[in-house]
Amino acid sequence: MSRDKILAALQQNQPELVPLPPDLSFEKDETIDLSAKFKAMAEGIGSKVYEVADAEEIKRLIALDFPDAKRILSNVDEVVSDGIPAFILDADPHSYENVDIAIFKPRLGVAENSALWLTEDLMGVRALPFITQHIVMIVDVAALVPDMHTAYQVIGDADYGFSTFIAGPSKTADIEQSLVLGAHGPRSMTIFLCRF
Amino acid sequence: MNEATKTHPELSEIFNQDEARVDWHDETLWWIRQKRDKSAHSIPEWERLRETASQIKNNVLSGLAGYLTTFEKNALANGIVVHWAADAAEHNRIVHDILKRNGIGQMVKSKSMLTEECHLNEYLEEQGIDVIDSDLGERIVQLAKEPPSHIVLPCIHKKKEEIGDLFHIHLGVPAGTSDPQILTETARQHLRETFLTRRGALTGVNFAIAETGEFVVCTNEGNADMGAHLADVHIASMGIEKIIPQRKHLGVFLRLLTRSATGQPITTYSSHFKKPRAGQEMHIVIVDNGRTVQMGREDFRASLKCIRCGACMNTCPVYRRSGGHSYHTAIAGPIGAILAPNLDMKKYADLPFASTLCGSCSNVCPVKIDIHQQLYKWRQVIVKEGYADTTKKIGMQLMTFTLSSPTVFRTAGKAGRWVLKHIPFAVNNKFNPWFIHREMPEPPAESFGEWYKKNVKKNS
Repeated sequence: MSRDKILAALQQNQPELVPLPPDLSFEKDETIDLSAKFKAMAEGIGSKVYEVADAEEIKRLIALDFPDAKRILSNVDEVVSDGIPAFILDADPHSYENVDIAIFKPRLGVAENSALWLTEDLMGVRALPFITQHIVMIVDVAALVPDMHTAYQVIGDADYGFSTFIAGPSKTADIEQSLVLGAHGPRSMTIFLCRF
Repeated sequence: MNEATKTHPELSEIFNQDEARVDWHDETLWWIRQKRDKSAHSIPEWERLRETASQIKNNVLSGLAGYLTTFEKNALANGIVVHWAADAAEHNRIVHDILKRNGIGQMVKSKSMLTEECHLNEYLEEQGIDVIDSDLGERIVQLAKEPPSHIVLPCIHKKKEEIGDLFHIHLGVPAGTSDPQILTETARQHLRETFLTRRGALTGVNFAIAETGEFVVCTNEGNADMGAHLADVHIASMGIEKIIPQRKHLGVFLRLLTRSATGQPITTYSSHFKKPRAGQEMHIVIVDNGRTVQMGREDFRASLKCIRCGACMNTCPVYRRSGGHSYHTAIAGPIGAILAPNLDMKKYADLPFASTLCGSCSNVCPVKIDIHQQLYKWRQVIVKEGYADTTKKIGMQLMTFTLSSPTVFRTAGKAGRWVLKHIPFAVNNKFNPWFIHREMPEPPAESFGEWYKKNVKKNS
């Protein structure tokens, strides 16, 4: 059996055990303004960032920025309204192929790269953050952390079936290194930085 | 034309026939290298990050058998089916069996260098299974019936006009289209249709976490996720060396990976797959294909630390000017040149010589693989095993003869200088294998020995 063959070969060939680095704590700049850094990184990779006071402002800005959106789905209760229906589960992920805007509230935002940590329970279905034409993220300033090390400290040994860091709209530079936003996933990402 | 039998110098010569393209290729990759520098320099703890990543990978190699069984146990508990493949053929058979059992005749695939290494597409096509590559660059080279020329930038050797021509033939864009925005939009529409209709999806694996049994796939395009979340069956192929011990180690590797690759702070998507979704089958194929042998080669085992960022290619003066296809192996560039001889020393005997040994690759490697030193060591192994080409062998024998006798050395030096000065055409011609790829040096007026005799001895 290949499994046993591979493991036996490794036992034979792998070097003597060397320890893991004991210390994974990297020095942090405590003076850093997390939302300013996060915003700069997010805008740098093509996201649009608003700092908003309340959910009403978010609803108004979505209506303003996406006047032609036909199908909007929200996984965030605070912004559900007549124009922004709540997500309803359909077990077939293909049924979301015509979604124009999907709204999520990630658990964490990482200032150093603007990555947003979205676990499956906040997605509705796994396909939604990818299949939607545009993605909207509502990010609580209190959920910002400086870097990836801190992010994984906060994540800890959380259980999930699927989870992802998303940083900006989908993109490619495969053709002569020309950056094009909107490869296979969302064409745009709009982030609302808020305090709720 | 069968290019498999051609060597790196021969294939480079083909690439170098179009000088303007070589310059463009060189400058584009150097620009990416500069983006990497800018990104790395913005992180004060960059060097400590590299050192930490290197130590984690050293630990992984030293405990790999244990980590693999822990990973397997946890992945099984998560509901993932785990397969083991000793070689490329077994990997391909396993993938085919899964598809066959599920009645799947069409599969969508995101980027996986391992499946390139295993020639999975060709195998599945022979079995009557249609495979569509969904990474834009990979789709482009697939339409061109070429392999990728770079592990991160698969079609970096292609001009947008050529891509326009391909899309005109295969995807129906008007002739003469070359705007990257329009071409990308065309691919988006074409591949969206693919994602929506494929029941089987295959992805690669960037990191597999022993502690949790989950695996992480990084893309910018979102193609791995579009494939996996819409398919009934998700197959993930990974080399045994993709293991990292704990989830928190991702903090180190995700910070390094894209900054090293393209200068981005992180990929758009870093997706953590832990359990299949309800009703979905999730499979992992763990592949050896020569890796356990490489583990046994003390001088070369560090090559297994590679996280496939491509930084060594972008910085390599030889890669930038010879193109990825000149390496005639799935993984090109300096890292490919130390991985390939392990798979087939005779076939890839030329690759460790495709380097100036400048060491730039080792300096940018995020996990501190001593790439240029391994290139140098492979040369010795290859010559010793008798796989060096004849010209090189004769040259070496001649050098041994010359260098082992002071009289011969002095005479040969004098003769060489005389020839270069008085009859340079005697060596500047195609019968001199050295001259084919290099300029001959300006002859010095005298040797160091002669100068020393005249100046130092006289004065003392």
